[in-house]
Amino acid sequence: MGTILKITNLHKKYGKVHAVNNVSIEIKKGNVYGILGPNGSGKSTTLGIVLNVVNKTSGEFEWFNGAYSTHEALKKVGAIIERPNFYPYMTAEDNLKLVCKIKNIPFTKVSEKLELVGLLERKDSKFKTFSLGMKQRLAIASALLNDPEILILDEPTNGLDPQGIRQIRDLIRIIANQGTTILLASHLLDEVEKVCSHVIVIRNGITLYQGTVDGITANEGFFELESDNLAQLKTALQSFTQIEKIEEDDSKILVYLNENLEASELNSHLFKQSITLTHLVKRKHSLEEQFLEITKQK
Amino acid sequence: MKRLLSIELQKIWQNKASRILTIIYFLSLSLLATVALIEFDFGMFKFEAAKSGFFNFPYIWHFTTFIASWLKIFLAVIIVSMIANEYSYGTLKQNLIDGMSKKEFLLSKVYTILLFSFVSTALVFAISLILGLKYSSFTEIGIIFSDLEYLFAYFLKHVAFFSFCLFLALLIKRSAFTLGFIFVWFLGENIGHAIFKYQILGYKHNDKDTVVIDWVKNALPLESMSNLIVMPFRRLSVVKNIGKQVGVNSAIDYSVHFSTIVIVLFWASLFMLFSYKLLKKRDL
Repeated sequence: MGTILKITNLHKKYGKVHAVNNVSIEIKKGNVYGILGPNGSGKSTTLGIVLNVVNKTSGEFEWFNGAYSTHEALKKVGAIIERPNFYPYMTAEDNLKLVCKIKNIPFTKVSEKLELVGLLERKDSKFKTFSLGMKQRLAIASALLNDPEILILDEPTNGLDPQGIRQIRDLIRIIANQGTTILLASHLLDEVEKVCSHVIVIRNGITLYQGTVDGITANEGFFELESDNLAQLKTALQSFTQIEKIEEDDSKILVYLNENLEASELNSHLFKQSITLTHLVKRKHSLEEQFLEITKQK
Repeated sequence: MKRLLSIELQKIWQNKASRILTIIYFLSLSLLATVALIEFDFGMFKFEAAKSGFFNFPYIWHFTTFIASWLKIFLAVIIVSMIANEYSYGTLKQNLIDGMSKKEFLLSKVYTILLFSFVSTALVFAISLILGLKYSSFTEIGIIFSDLEYLFAYFLKHVAFFSFCLFLALLIKRSAFTLGFIFVWFLGENIGHAIFKYQILGYKHNDKDTVVIDWVKNALPLESMSNLIVMPFRRLSVVKNIGKQVGVNSAIDYSVHFSTIVIVLFWASLFMLFSYKLLKKRDL
């Protein structure tokens, strides 16, 4: 599979602030990537650097194996960063035509993409008359004008109402299903979990995790246990080698595993030690919990 | 080049304010021709523009270029506001993301500056030619097409002034502040010069310090641009005669100086280069 974007040891310093610290990412064709990170984690700065609007301090990045200069490569990329940026005095159609001129492509796709995002009947309205949701959809239409190799979306649902969020999410799904490579930076983890095949977790400019979504959620899981005698239960649990750590949460005991342990095995073992459980659930971390766990460390 | 121009002209033309300003500018230029109709009569002092000698070849090149260049402020407002808009709309960022290089972005502005300056020069040329043919006392080909360096100076003056605007607008990002700053700069050149010349150095006629400070002033951006085309009114025979009667002996050199051209070219290239460096260096 071809590499679309390769970032190697990228650094960005704003004075004393080390916004991007040694980030290395490889984006391969056909995957859908989610970039996760708290606000101010360096996601947008990283995207800004590869999109030619922020200057890097050091490190390298390379589009399409270095076959094109950055601005030529960006003609094959569709990207939306933060809020939708268009000329408010131009109509939707004229704005897209301007983008066509910049990307050096004919105007033929303008109507098709407006149709895709449901704005065709508003094509002659000025951009300033649009609602935020419509602006964001126009931005997506604009990013898709050249049928890009990769679509980069930075917080595409920020500030939208539930309907708007739903529309954007549906659009992303449609685009992902067409086989377009997507790089999605988002806070909405369930969205990333549903749409993305790969995740990259960044905090304070440092990459904490990079790999498949399955890889991040496919941990050994954990048990939620309750019993009448918690102290006795805790002692009994010490004998398991598969247990990484035990936490007490209200009346529950949370048991984290480092190896697989079946619920039945745990249950029968405890029963033999005459401990009866009033509550036994085996769970896996959702992406959200896993994300919070990863970003909490250090 | 065609692509970059078409991008920038779409941005300007579809903006109502810029469109109106452009129309006003070119309309006012065309209306310059009506200067010929000016006539006033103060009893003892009668003035008819058409018969004043304003429109004699080759003087007319000097007069029209000097007067028409005052109108360039209209175009300066367009250039400054179009750049400030790119910042406030966030479209500079979006243009770059869409695949324009920073160099192309700047070139689209520079080409527009060259185009505006060229069209303006061509229009002034046409108007002067028509006025001259109608009112000039001399219409020999050789005389008509002499002193055309004023048109070149006019073109250069515009390019240089708009480059100055371009750079400041990129630097300051706000149109009102930029236009204010240009005005303050203009005052600064003159007041600064006056303070140095009369207060700090103490003015003495033909003194070495005075010569140096005058030279420095002539090398400053706005002053050198204005020196390209010197105010022509005292060149008129009517005014000269009055001057002689009053006892002022005017020996001003009205020609376009090569040294001034070099200085202005230097500033224009410097402003374009700095604009590029600034754009290149700045994080958006």
